[in-house]
Amino acid sequence: MNHYSGLRNALIAFFLLLSTLYALPNIFGSDLAVQVSSAGDAAIEQSDLTKITDTLKQKNIQYKSAALSNRRILVRFGDNASQLSAKDLLKTELGRNYVVALNLAPSVPQWLDSLGGRAMSLGLDLRGGVHFLLEVDMQAVLAMSIDKYYNELRTLLREGRLYKSIKKEGDNIAIRFKTLELKEKALARIKSDVSDLIVLETDNQDELLIQVGISDDAQKIAKSSALKQNITTLRNRVNELGVAEPIIQQQGLERIVVQLPGVQDTARAKEILGAVATLEFRLVDEKNDPQTAIQSGRTPIGSKLYYFKDGRPLLLKTRVITTGENITGASSGIDQENNIPMVNITLDSAGGRAMLDTTKKYLHHRMAVVFIENQVETITDEDGRVVLDKKGNPLKKRTTTKDIINAATIQGTFSSRFQITGIDSAREARNLALLLRAGSLSAPIEIIEERTIGPSLGADNIQKGVLSVIVGFVLVLIFMAVRYRVFGLVANVALTLNLVMIVAILSLLQATLTLPGIAGIVLTVGMAVDANVLIFERIKEELGSQSNIQKAISSGYDKAVLTIADANITTLIAALVLFSFGTGPIKGFAITLSIGIVTSMFTAIIVSRAIINKIYGGKKLEELSI
Amino acid sequence: MKALNIPTIDFVGKRTYAIIVSLALIAVSIFSLSTHGLKFGIDFTGGTLIEVGYEQDVNLSKVRNTLSEAKFKSANVQYFGSTKEILIRLEPQAVSSAKLSSKIIHLLGDDVDIRRVEFVGPKVGEELTNDGGLAMLYALIGILIYVAIRFEYRFALGSISALIHDVIITLGVFSLLQIEFDLTVLAAILAVIGYSLNDTIVVFDRIRENFLSTRHVDPAKIINGALNQTLSRTIMTSLTTLLVLMALFFLGGEIIHSFALALLIGVVIGTYSSIYVASSMILALGISKEDLLPSEKEEKEMDARP
Repeated sequence: MNHYSGLRNALIAFFLLLSTLYALPNIFGSDLAVQVSSAGDAAIEQSDLTKITDTLKQKNIQYKSAALSNRRILVRFGDNASQLSAKDLLKTELGRNYVVALNLAPSVPQWLDSLGGRAMSLGLDLRGGVHFLLEVDMQAVLAMSIDKYYNELRTLLREGRLYKSIKKEGDNIAIRFKTLELKEKALARIKSDVSDLIVLETDNQDELLIQVGISDDAQKIAKSSALKQNITTLRNRVNELGVAEPIIQQQGLERIVVQLPGVQDTARAKEILGAVATLEFRLVDEKNDPQTAIQSGRTPIGSKLYYFKDGRPLLLKTRVITTGENITGASSGIDQENNIPMVNITLDSAGGRAMLDTTKKYLHHRMAVVFIENQVETITDEDGRVVLDKKGNPLKKRTTTKDIINAATIQGTFSSRFQITGIDSAREARNLALLLRAGSLSAPIEIIEERTIGPSLGADNIQKGVLSVIVGFVLVLIFMAVRYRVFGLVANVALTLNLVMIVAILSLLQATLTLPGIAGIVLTVGMAVDANVLIFERIKEELGSQSNIQKAISSGYDKAVLTIADANITTLIAALVLFSFGTGPIKGFAITLSIGIVTSMFTAIIVSRAIINKIYGGKKLEELSI
Repeated sequence: MKALNIPTIDFVGKRTYAIIVSLALIAVSIFSLSTHGLKFGIDFTGGTLIEVGYEQDVNLSKVRNTLSEAKFKSANVQYFGSTKEILIRLEPQAVSSAKLSSKIIHLLGDDVDIRRVEFVGPKVGEELTNDGGLAMLYALIGILIYVAIRFEYRFALGSISALIHDVIITLGVFSLLQIEFDLTVLAAILAVIGYSLNDTIVVFDRIRENFLSTRHVDPAKIINGALNQTLSRTIMTSLTTLLVLMALFFLGGEIIHSFALALLIGVVIGTYSSIYVASSMILALGISKEDLLPSEKEEKEMDARP
């Protein structure tokens, strides 16, 4: 009685050793590091590593080690100052094909690393960083595709002048015909050429009118491609910002989660991510006076009224020379002559050709650069609730600002390379260049949730979290030892092993540890002893009702186990519901709680039994220290 | 051999008082919830929250002036943790936007340490409120089904009424004291559901066992016996859990404060309810030995026991 087989003991010991091994990486702390990875598809090679170490040696920046693994180079530093100066240096030296970012690299020894031992990854609330939830404005996406189909239809039906009139009506296109015959012809043509459109059934009595809408499938495709393209653009922008382990993920059908751990300048990250900005180049209408246009309220045909940021008006030609879509490269700098910020632009061949033609033809005319920014915001009522439109979509305020940032005389012909000035500050020039490089978003996005944790608060949170785990843990240890003596000590061993197992499993799963996650661990510590308490109280009872001590231990365990299972399964149900409902912080709590419940059953029932068996099993006992 | 001293407190006999106390607490909670409501945090209402740290002590009215000059009149400014840290809260504006926080940070100047910025759009807030309510509901339904299968429907009803009791009173305390109710508090309340149930199940398990092992005894006596037998375990577990929660409450920092508080309240109420509410409920529902007679297979196992 009260004896585990050697095999069983060996298995238990094996599990515990394994847990200890995989929990181990967490005690080594981490190094300040600079991470270099490729911005595109090109792989990082050994030669890059040599280049980096050479550069650092040249500038006399001390580093601890530099290594290439997992397609990235990690250079570790002893102090913050050299880490920061190395980052700035490498960023300028390596150029734009590389992402240079600050990172924290766990300093796990080689042998442990090769066994797959990794430290837990810390959540944003522990290491600092930003979390954004972005929503793509799908109504705008649909409006854009209606525009596209409208133009397509007009071209298609113009051949043979099939329609009498065609116009956009909300989400649909209305086409009117002169005769039924023409209508049939048009319908046939639409069916064969534009399969994405469907002719809507309407209760309209007018036989010569049809309404065309976008099919559900085509709408879905338009939405998902807008989302995908936005994700690509966001990824480019994040790469430009230089973030070590960014997460950019689709969430649902309209949303994108962006997490940037360790970002220091959160304000800039926000500006960059949310911006839907592009440029247009237009000729200035020199023949007409903007003041007359304002006074008369009528702009001359072929021109449109624009304003500088400071409010000065100017008439520009409606024809666009080229737009931001044709920009392939952009970098910011300082114009040496006037000492003002500027952006160097490189156009693709189509844009270059258009620019060359224009500058040849309109030498000594003025050309304007228009900065266009789209914004979308959700409108709320007085109680802060979302206002819905007739179709049940949230009402949004969409604003498009078009500012002239400069209008300069064309001094000579040029094509694909030139500079633009007129930007307020060096910071704005940097941002503009970055946005132009990363490409524009295909549809406006709105930040609908932001959670930013500064680095100082992150450090605070870790410190406080760890402190409360330790204090809570020690209090429970003392309490159990006082109350149950030898058995209490056994429970304490089980509890410690439980903690080790939780850490090991979290590390193996590479689950993210958050502050609520730590709270989950603390709570588990408190509740994990419950199983032992149940067993020990039961053993005490059994001791009261029978004289055989060995039997009392055994039946105490047996009887308590069912109760423990029942009680824990119900808690597990609550934890699982938490997990499935969970957004970030709650999920972390649910994960640690669930893991804790399972591991505590193992340690409190099986491990503690194994130890008790070793101590008391098979001996003739007069009394139990319980 | 040590003599075992199982207490013989008459819990069941005093259940009338307990019911009065519980009903009173629930009435006060519901009254407060319906008049004051909960002070929902921005997770649910939407809005902006900014926590900043200064090198020296800050003058709140100075910050308030700066903000109201810049037309942020509705901004709520308060100390957070110490007089070097402040928390600024903005109600959702007519047009919600993540840009507000950037504007405010700009106003505060460059020398402040941005510790935390949270912006929750109105749509996200509404979704969270709905999801949160649903989560609570799903948890309760899942538990109801499990307990009904493992035990009997009266036990399921008993445990669910204990849980609803705990949730209402915990929410009531949050409403009465007007402590902010945010996502972490919701998580805590779901954890309370788990905890309190854990407690209740242990008692129920014992009640079932006692019903089956003794013959012809009054249900009230059996239930009372089970409560007494499990009492020291109930107290021990509550104490250890309260110990760690105290550690969290006092040392875990401001962010975790209301989370720890919700759990502290919940654990105390949950312990009480598993003793008084859940068992009174099954007694009132008329539990008897016949209801718990196991299927044949289990009966054999029972007979095999010494």
